[in-house]
Amino acid sequence: MIASILAGVVRLFTGVQARWAECRPETTQRVYFANHTSHMDFLVLWSALPTDVRLMTRPVAAADYWRKGRMRRYLASRVFNAVLIERENITRANNPVVQLVEVLKGGDSIIIFPEGGRTTEPEIRPFKSGLYHIAKAVPTVELIPVFLDNASRVLPKGEFLPIPFLCSATFGHPMRLDAGESRDSFLARAHMSIKAMAG
Amino acid sequence: MMSLFHVSTQIAELGGCIGLVLVLASMVGLALKSRLKSVEGEELASNFNSRVKAWWAMVLIFFLAVAFGRYGAVILFALVSFLALREYVTLTPTSPADHRALFWSFFVITPLQYILVALGNYGMEIIFIPVYAYLFVPIRNVLAGDCNDFLARSAKIQWGLMICVYFVSYAPALFQFHKPFHNDVGAGLLCFLICVAEISDVLQYVFGKSFGRRKIAPVVSPNKTVEGFACGVAGAVVVGMALYWITPFKPWQAALMALAIALMGFFGGLVMSAIKRDRGVKDFGASIPGHGGILDRIDSLCFAAPIFFHLTRFFFFNPHQPG
Repeated sequence: MIASILAGVVRLFTGVQARWAECRPETTQRVYFANHTSHMDFLVLWSALPTDVRLMTRPVAAADYWRKGRMRRYLASRVFNAVLIERENITRANNPVVQLVEVLKGGDSIIIFPEGGRTTEPEIRPFKSGLYHIAKAVPTVELIPVFLDNASRVLPKGEFLPIPFLCSATFGHPMRLDAGESRDSFLARAHMSIKAMAG
Repeated sequence: MMSLFHVSTQIAELGGCIGLVLVLASMVGLALKSRLKSVEGEELASNFNSRVKAWWAMVLIFFLAVAFGRYGAVILFALVSFLALREYVTLTPTSPADHRALFWSFFVITPLQYILVALGNYGMEIIFIPVYAYLFVPIRNVLAGDCNDFLARSAKIQWGLMICVYFVSYAPALFQFHKPFHNDVGAGLLCFLICVAEISDVLQYVFGKSFGRRKIAPVVSPNKTVEGFACGVAGAVVVGMALYWITPFKPWQAALMALAIALMGFFGGLVMSAIKRDRGVKDFGASIPGHGGILDRIDSLCFAAPIFFHLTRFFFFNPHQPG
């Protein structure tokens, strides 16, 4: 309920356009991976999904940020149903890849930002290897590249008041890890798929 | 609660006339859909029908707002300004250093301008953006401490405020004109402005498409033709003259006013085309099916509204020349 209202508000504010360029909005299990420039990114992507797809899609977010304060904890657990992962002090017990693979085995879709953090440059940074490990551990899941445009202008890094720029989320061709494909060539291919949509 | 809706009989009659035109257009649309079976024909029919449907929505929203009188019009055009400014800044390259100035533009300057219009404070509403906001934008930008493209960055925001907010706010400002023993002078003037500007746009498009040959501005707007321009403006003058009864004008005065609106509207469309062409896009957005964005629909209004307001004020409601 609150999630739908929030998604509606974000859609109104950013006028977000979902461009399903090379795949359909379906409730098949997917990993959406996107470029990351702003706190708005996952909100924009999450709001652009149709309700039934959104309900089964969990954003992956940094535990150190979203566990601070009651409001953030409430939003992360109740509204976004986020999967909180550690960014530092990673041990065998809290390995994010293991955590995400478990979520996927539970049947949900996830939203991840493989650059590992927000960038301020227009260039998309090289991807961390998490995407590869997920693709290898759960080979049945569809990997959907998503290019987010303008979200960084809504809320640039370091600002806290948003401006209503019109945003768009472009959904690319579903991809999978090819048999025998190396980590580096897979990550390069995933990187290219978003870069190609950025034009 | 005596009269929440202030609709004079004249405005109601005008609404009826426009309703009839739209009913006719919808019937033509249905006929096109059933007659034209070729691929291009079906495309033409569906384009025509989505435009007519959008016109229905725009006309209903407009008359609903006008029915609530001055404040209805202020709220409607404030929303239009907000959406237009959003389309404008989305297409205009801005730097992260402009963030705060843009935030002020959207959430402080725009609402304040419309509050001034609602209060009817002529002295302040007329200078608030050209003086106060104009100076505020570079001041806020210089405090952000980024000198790159400073002049261009500030000018882009100043232009956005003028085009999308200031000029558009002249439309609801028409409600400030009053005449003794006449209700709804403002509503009549606003309806006159909108009808003439929009009909001029539609007629220029229709005439240009049907028998336009010579391009009037081949570089800026290849679709505009001399024939479309001439016939569209002439048609708008005829319509404006026919609408004199909703205004304080005599028929010949209404015709001249309509001419001013149609000419300014044409140049408004041309200037906005040049901006779009420079940015490499065809439309400012996709919010109105068949029409592009809000800014594509109101480009002629942006240029026509301030001129119409000041001509009306100078010749008919000049406080220095009683009469």
